Amino acid sequence: MIDATLKAQSQQLALHAISSEELATQYLDRIEALNPLLNAFISVDREQTLLEARAADAARARGAVGPLTGVPIAHKDIFCQQGWKTSCGSRMLDNFIAPYDAHVVEQCRKAGLVTLGRTNMDEFAMGSSTENSWYGPTRNPWDTAAIPGGSSGGSAAAVAARLAPAATATDTGGSIRQPASHCGVTGLKPTYGAVSRYGMVAFASSLDQGGVIAQTAEDCALMLNVMAGFDPRDSTSVERASEDYTRDLALPLAGLKVGLPREYFAEGLSSDVARVIEAAIAELKKLGASMVDISLPHTELSIPAYYVIAPAEASSNLSRYDGVRYGHRAAEYRDLVDMYEKTRAEGFGSEVKRRIMVGTYVLSHGYYDAYYLKAQKIRRLIANDFIAAFNRCDVILGPVAPTAAFNIGEKSGDPVEMYLSDIYTLSVNLAGLPGMSVPAGFAANGRPIGLQLIGNYFAEARVLNVAHQFQLATDWHRSSPVL
Amino acid sequence: MSLTHQDVAQIAKLARIAVTEQEIEAVGHELNTIFGLIEKMQAVNTDGVEPMAHPQDEALRLRADAVTETDRRDAFLAVAPQVEAGLFLVPQVIE
Repeated sequence: MIDATLKAQSQQLALHAISSEELATQYLDRIEALNPLLNAFISVDREQTLLEARAADAARARGAVGPLTGVPIAHKDIFCQQGWKTSCGSRMLDNFIAPYDAHVVEQCRKAGLVTLGRTNMDEFAMGSSTENSWYGPTRNPWDTAAIPGGSSGGSAAAVAARLAPAATATDTGGSIRQPASHCGVTGLKPTYGAVSRYGMVAFASSLDQGGVIAQTAEDCALMLNVMAGFDPRDSTSVERASEDYTRDLALPLAGLKVGLPREYFAEGLSSDVARVIEAAIAELKKLGASMVDISLPHTELSIPAYYVIAPAEASSNLSRYDGVRYGHRAAEYRDLVDMYEKTRAEGFGSEVKRRIMVGTYVLSHGYYDAYYLKAQKIRRLIANDFIAAFNRCDVILGPVAPTAAFNIGEKSGDPVEMYLSDIYTLSVNLAGLPGMSVPAGFAANGRPIGLQLIGNYFAEARVLNVAHQFQLATDWHRSSPVL
Repeated sequence: MSLTHQDVAQIAKLARIAVTEQEIEAVGHELNTIFGLIEKMQAVNTDGVEPMAHPQDEALRLRADAVTETDRRDAFLAVAPQVEAGLFLVPQVIE
């Protein structure tokens, strides 16, 4: 059963072919065997998982079931979950047992989903490789010398290694799409405001968005049905009628207009990725889609604009870690300020400190206009590029990352080189659009490569439709690593 | 632009992160590399462009001025590093 999709598992549970407890046990055993190698999970709690699974079985016996009751999933360690350590990959929160549930976790609980554990991530979601975790790097199940991508590297690796059929994740600059691409699984970052950020540890509040990583687009749609929806506790949650994200999956692609941004196929794209994307374009043409040449002229500026806006918001958000109300506190200090400074020096890793300091500087007196305001204006230009492009096409297609997964340690010494690899994902967050990564092939060295699909605001159902039709015609998403 | 030793010390102080004398040079070098990347923004003319703070330019909602949270004081104090008599404890601030 561990190779089965979320959908197939829910069908087997409905037929009483397997119980939730049996299913959870299969995964827990596999996690126990493989997690020492992959380090995809930060926390696993067999007793708690089985308790939830038995409750789901009991609910089923009573007939109180939803479509996903009893299916086990993993949560990224960024979503507060009552009774579970919620570390966000940081020493700062290594001792933090969340006293409440994030909206996403609450929705999953209500749907009867069972928690398999909490997945590894770059500290406070800052990183593209999951190397910045206090708990050590996660390894890519396809090649353990490679990074799994990040920051949701634990979630992507867990789904790829069949340690969970699906996992929650978050995406601030590519943190769902890039690890999904590097691990050969399907990832969905919804429109900003579609999924509540309540209880999701904040990194950059105007960019952060919760989403999901699973084997298939159909499973992502099923999960989004659970996770999305208005929540008054998040001031940026968008008030809209709830929708069924599976509704358009079966639509044929004939007549679909796919925009290909010139800037995404320019210098810097590796030949491996270019080859895979070209083959995917050919496949979509066979399905009746036509390609439209479009331009997103400010793409290159998304890197500097993002690396001003995200650190600025992070420096403000992370000021809450002061050693007073929760989390780490230094053991010895002279006075209050000394306590703050030592607590934060000890609790944060080097990338987090770097970003806090960049953010502190760009928001400081005399520099605000030159950096933060300038970046916000460029953000507008980037969003306008997309608005113009969507007048000419239904979805936008391109690569997720310039290369397949790089090696662990290869870029960890050079933050700027790591930032440059985010070129195709950042602008989607700046604009607030939905995006997906869909498995589309492999590099010559055997590492997976994903295809990025970008939709207009709240066009998740359309993007999922394109991804699903692509997956009906291809079997890249069915490949799994030998472990 | 290049941040000096003093600039870095000042940023660290504002950010309330202790940085040792030995670390300052390396941190300064990293920050200068990052700002080298960020400087590319200055080449673009953004005159007259409305800054975008947020993907949905919507006004914040208002809610009724009513109590909506339950009292979870004990649960929230339980995760604090140091508490006394139902209060968060910090080093003495006023002599």
